[in-house]
Amino acid sequence: MLSDKDRIFTNIYGHHDWGLQGALKRGSWDGTKTIIEAGRDWIVDQMKASGLRGRGGAGFPTGLKWSFMPKQNDGRPHYLVINADESEPGTCKDREILRHDPHHLVEGALIAGFAMGAHAAYIYVRGEFIREREHLQVAIDQAYDARLIGKNNVHGWDMDIYVAHGAGAYICGEETALLESLEGKKGQPRLKPPFPANVGLYGCPTTVNNVESIAVAPTILRRGPTWFSSIGRANNVGTKLFGISGHVKTPCIVEEAMGIPFKELIEKHGGGIRGGWDNLKAIIPGGASCPIIPADQCEDLIMDFDGTRAVKSSFGTAGVLVMDKSTDVIRAIARIAYFFKHESCGQCTPCREGTGWMWRVIDRMARGEAEKREIDMLLQVTTQVEGHTICALGDAAAWPIQGLIRHFRHEIEERIDLYSRNPRPIERQMLEAAE
Amino acid sequence: MSVRRLASEQPESFTLSPENLAWAEKQLLKFPEGKQASAVIPLLWRIQEQEGWVSEPAIRWVGEYLDMAYIRVLEVATFYTMFLLAPVGKKAHIQVCGTTPCMLRGANKLIDRCRERIHPEPFHVSADGSLSWEEVECLGACVNAPMLQIVPDTYEDLTVETLDKLIDDIEAGRPIKPGPQIERHHSAPVGGFRALTTPELYDGSMVGQGAGLAAAREAIAARAAAAEEAARVAANPAPAEPPVAPAVKAQGEADKEKVPNQVNQTVPASDPAVRPDAAKKE
Amino acid sequence: MAKIIVDGIEVDVPPDYTLLQAAEAAGAEVPRFCFHERLSIAGNCRMCLVEVKGGPPKPTASCAMNVRDLRPGPNGEPPVMLTKSPMVKKAREGVMEFLLINHPLDCPICDQGGECDLQDQAMAYGVDKNRFAENKRAVEDKHIGPLVKTSMNRCIHCTRCVRFTTEVAGISELGLIGRGEDAEITTYLEKALSSELQGNVIDLCPVGALTSKPYAFQARPWELTKTESIDVMDAVGSNIRVDTRGREVMRVLPRLNEAVNEEWISDKTRFIWDGLRTQRLDRPYLRVDGRLKAVSWAEAFAAIADRVNATSASKIGAISGDLAAVEELFALKALIASLGSANLDSRQDGAKLDPALGRASYVFNPTIAGIEQADAILIVGANPRKEASVLNARIRKRWRAGNVRIGVIGEHVDLTYPHDYLGAGPETLGEIAAGKGSFGEILANAKRPIVIVGQGALSRDDGKAVLAAAAAITSAPGRDEGWNGLAVLHTAASRVGALDVGFVPAEGGLDVAGMVSAAGQGALDVLFLLGADEIDTTSLGSTFVVYIGTHGDAGAHRADVILPAAAYTEKSGTFVNTEGRVQIANRAGFPPGDAREDWAILRALSDVLGHKLPFDSLGELRKALYAAHPHFAAVDTVRAGDIADVAALASAGGSLGWAAFANPIHDFYLTNPIARASAIMAECSALAAGQLAAAAE
Repeated sequence: MLSDKDRIFTNIYGHHDWGLQGALKRGSWDGTKTIIEAGRDWIVDQMKASGLRGRGGAGFPTGLKWSFMPKQNDGRPHYLVINADESEPGTCKDREILRHDPHHLVEGALIAGFAMGAHAAYIYVRGEFIREREHLQVAIDQAYDARLIGKNNVHGWDMDIYVAHGAGAYICGEETALLESLEGKKGQPRLKPPFPANVGLYGCPTTVNNVESIAVAPTILRRGPTWFSSIGRANNVGTKLFGISGHVKTPCIVEEAMGIPFKELIEKHGGGIRGGWDNLKAIIPGGASCPIIPADQCEDLIMDFDGTRAVKSSFGTAGVLVMDKSTDVIRAIARIAYFFKHESCGQCTPCREGTGWMWRVIDRMARGEAEKREIDMLLQVTTQVEGHTICALGDAAAWPIQGLIRHFRHEIEERIDLYSRNPRPIERQMLEAAE
Repeated sequence: MSVRRLASEQPESFTLSPENLAWAEKQLLKFPEGKQASAVIPLLWRIQEQEGWVSEPAIRWVGEYLDMAYIRVLEVATFYTMFLLAPVGKKAHIQVCGTTPCMLRGANKLIDRCRERIHPEPFHVSADGSLSWEEVECLGACVNAPMLQIVPDTYEDLTVETLDKLIDDIEAGRPIKPGPQIERHHSAPVGGFRALTTPELYDGSMVGQGAGLAAAREAIAARAAAAEEAARVAANPAPAEPPVAPAVKAQGEADKEKVPNQVNQTVPASDPAVRPDAAKKE
Repeated sequence: MAKIIVDGIEVDVPPDYTLLQAAEAAGAEVPRFCFHERLSIAGNCRMCLVEVKGGPPKPTASCAMNVRDLRPGPNGEPPVMLTKSPMVKKAREGVMEFLLINHPLDCPICDQGGECDLQDQAMAYGVDKNRFAENKRAVEDKHIGPLVKTSMNRCIHCTRCVRFTTEVAGISELGLIGRGEDAEITTYLEKALSSELQGNVIDLCPVGALTSKPYAFQARPWELTKTESIDVMDAVGSNIRVDTRGREVMRVLPRLNEAVNEEWISDKTRFIWDGLRTQRLDRPYLRVDGRLKAVSWAEAFAAIADRVNATSASKIGAISGDLAAVEELFALKALIASLGSANLDSRQDGAKLDPALGRASYVFNPTIAGIEQADAILIVGANPRKEASVLNARIRKRWRAGNVRIGVIGEHVDLTYPHDYLGAGPETLGEIAAGKGSFGEILANAKRPIVIVGQGALSRDDGKAVLAAAAAITSAPGRDEGWNGLAVLHTAASRVGALDVGFVPAEGGLDVAGMVSAAGQGALDVLFLLGADEIDTTSLGSTFVVYIGTHGDAGAHRADVILPAAAYTEKSGTFVNTEGRVQIANRAGFPPGDAREDWAILRALSDVLGHKLPFDSLGELRKALYAAHPHFAAVDTVRAGDIADVAALASAGGSLGWAAFANPIHDFYLTNPIARASAIMAECSALAAGQLAAAAE
């Protein structure tokens, strides 16, 4: 288990002052000027050396991403955009940073902005996080008042940080959709290339980073890349905020080492599976778009990028959703399919038409009102969506269904059998069977 | 998501209150000149806070104020689902999260209760006009499931009983407590902290000389020394090896990896972990 | 140039080519819906997916990726693209299936049937089975005006219409509201579109979601005869295709001509066709005892001969209208000359344009395509949006490309692009010409300036001085070699042709105003109106008026003899557009009843009058025409005006007046007799007037 002293977010539960005074006492803004004086290249090299991979789901190396920004300013301003549009079902880590440890983010924004030659950062908070937005704004105001950021601040790098927000659109978590939204349009993803590092916000070079990626940067630079990379295993280093939700005894957010065994994570922090380990049916390891992992593969599951990949899933945002044996797993995935249908932006054909189709079919399957041959058809439809869309929402909508069919095909078939034997509403039959 | 249309009954006109207008002026300062359209979401949101919903005259007002075509504002208002295009309950519009993490912990029961107590259909106001409800998608408080939001606060760790009490209190005009509705500290585990219990984290002893800061100072010193050396060399023009700028090399390295969509092709397309452009965020 | 291997064929293309263009260069067909050459790239239909080797293991949208974005092979080989691989086939079939699952199976009642991209591509790239067992989506139809009919169930959300109206037409009125599978195309509160180019969305829509409302359920494409022709609704000379069934024109569509209209046409051009059926003059009439009486051609000619023979040559005049082809102008001019009269004119509006000053003094010298080279544009006394909508779209295109300033002197109007409003009248023009003010400086320093002079600035007493001032600006020193920026914007399709053949008063002859006033004073005995309806026909006194034309409009109402003629779709005629481009309109159908082609009428009349014109066929007429004016033989080309004429014009000077410039066209939809006979145009006109009134409130 990660020791408390190796935890970066020491106020994640909000049991101490989340304002500037409390943050200073916990070590934020400590030596920031020294870090900035060490220079842009030094910071980027340190971030690369730390092995930090983006915490928003894709796991792209953060230092590398920063280095993509043009070294020379061609007259266009550079922008740092921080993605606080945390909307992936099962994920609620950034919320805690925003409302309980916002100074990590503000300090990170300054350093990251400096490292990419940006004098302005926009933090795009999802519309529903109203209180979180307020806390963040207070933290920014405090930093302005203390001249930690802003024009002519003590750190010698002018930096304006603005809070922007959405109004209910999961797709705005996709970086180019976020930029569109920030420009006052519908959140419809842009075509890439051009990539935001060349043509981003207002057509200027832009880097979009997740809240957690930015918020851990100051501590990494303070304590050194060696410290960070010594936690976890190769290619999967550092600490990570985990969210544990679903059928555990004590759901919670906790910062743990990358590579923590799933079982340890659940036993130590989640209080164990409801009804005991043997009552585990399946998990979704990193947010709704990650394919489901059945219980038998959870036994030795390592919670990091490679560990989840080994079982054909994905680490995502490390928001673990636990399902015990009482779960109607078809309905659970059908609800995710509905989510993606609801959140499809409607721009490109496969996602716009495919998410609705997939949801309708799997919703019938959850009721048993389907035919078995439709399972293969559904699987085939997911492959027609996946990889054919402008952004990754199409893929995200396809994977949960692929995972379900991969691991729980028998349950779908049983459900169909149950209904075809006796075509009555399935809920009642399942209730009767349980009694 | 169903088709989102403007309400059939609309007010004659709309005006933003003077305080909100002053606030709106400030919002425009956040964005570069000519990019005032960026303020459309905050502005519509403020209007919704003022009026309770977004009316058609308000959409036109925003179009005029931000110099946007009406249809562009309408696109935004209908795209983002938090904008309520028709009036909702006067005392509260209850938004119950129904996505899988909350569903697994009983959100459907909460929704059924809302149907019974408020109105069988979402977005319809209760008989006395005080309440309305809807099922929303993930609100991002999954470790506190099931939960709901009554703007601006969230109410978490609910049961049908606590929801009942919440509705009772709202109807009676009693104050309601945001956050977990059980004994629990925000997102910490029920029954007490299992992490962050070390007192030294909070007494100031974490402020100190991290190894990284020491390295930073060394880098600064090395650079100063190099500059001094360069100045010395410049003063005494002796044949010297031109220093290799590490930054240039680093850029060269980076550029190699900068090629778009560079992906390990040995891994199948369906593997989400391998595609930098694949997963949703970042 | 960059090399790329498409399906095994190596081609060398510019690096900024898209993969789709590269595929076309290699002869590989790539299906598409959302992509359109003249619109921004949306990349949303996903039909154009191709496989790129060395890229991600998923198909790539070929419309959105440039050749230079591709990675070369490990040893520097050109990148490889496949358009026929199994991955591509699967992708196309998948996308096609998705497009069809919610698309209604109403092809038998869909006007797009037979010319539908979705139909064609479903046949070529789709599968023949349906696996979609759910209910299809139902979308409410939207009312977006009297011209474009919507059937939104059919919409495939390609957003071509949104992009066209926003980018080309310059009106932000169409949008895609909502999101996901419930996204819908609509206008704000279903208001009617206000663009003069809106009809083009019908052509752009790849499915039957947006179709022509007037043409609804009229015909099937395969039963129509298609004739390539030229439009006469304005002086742009848009290239059109006239679709006829039997005698009747069923619709008008644009033809591609990069130099003129690209592939757009204005709504007047497109929807005028119902005006070709109504109010037609289909037999000769003679006014007897104050009432028009149907007579035979012989009786009508005899009546004319009586009057012509009874008067002297100086009391005969001829005025030509805005829709006349060069052939009949040539014939009428010859007839009038043979009668010995000098009184003829084509400038119904009294524009101070004189062919004697050289061709450069009355054409749009920089050419329409040349607008894209301009670095500053000054518009004087014109509203190109109403006077030449397609040309206005070209100015907007230039503005979108950036680095150009556009100034306007005259009425304050919405041109669909931002511009500097400089002032209302000649005074401002004088200042600008003197290089004063910021815009004056811009113009003075421009390498390729264009000064567009509208008829509103020319058809006034100081018109010549205005033209001289404009010429002075464009011929100032410092311009690029060979750049002639003097651009006269005409509104009448016949005008440049008429000036080219010299249809202006001969030595000592009367111009339009002179003839009208002479007629009012009884000093003119016989007046020939060749489709001239825009003059004041009520003040022609007791003059014997011979009206040769197509519609029962102002001229016909005043006429003593009506000779029914052929409209522009019913004859082969030469038209010269505002830039001086010679184009030939072809006959798509026959004129109604006893109506005849204009030149033939004039030829027959000349015989009766005893001055037989020396040509018995259109071929002979053209031979004579080409002999007299060789440039008419160079069809589809522009004979450039002499830049020295502009310099000479500039030095002519003249004193500018004080009155503000007034634009000639205020009702875009009702500018000529055919348009005034059209019920569709009347509806549009009323709607536009209503919108204007609403906007004024």
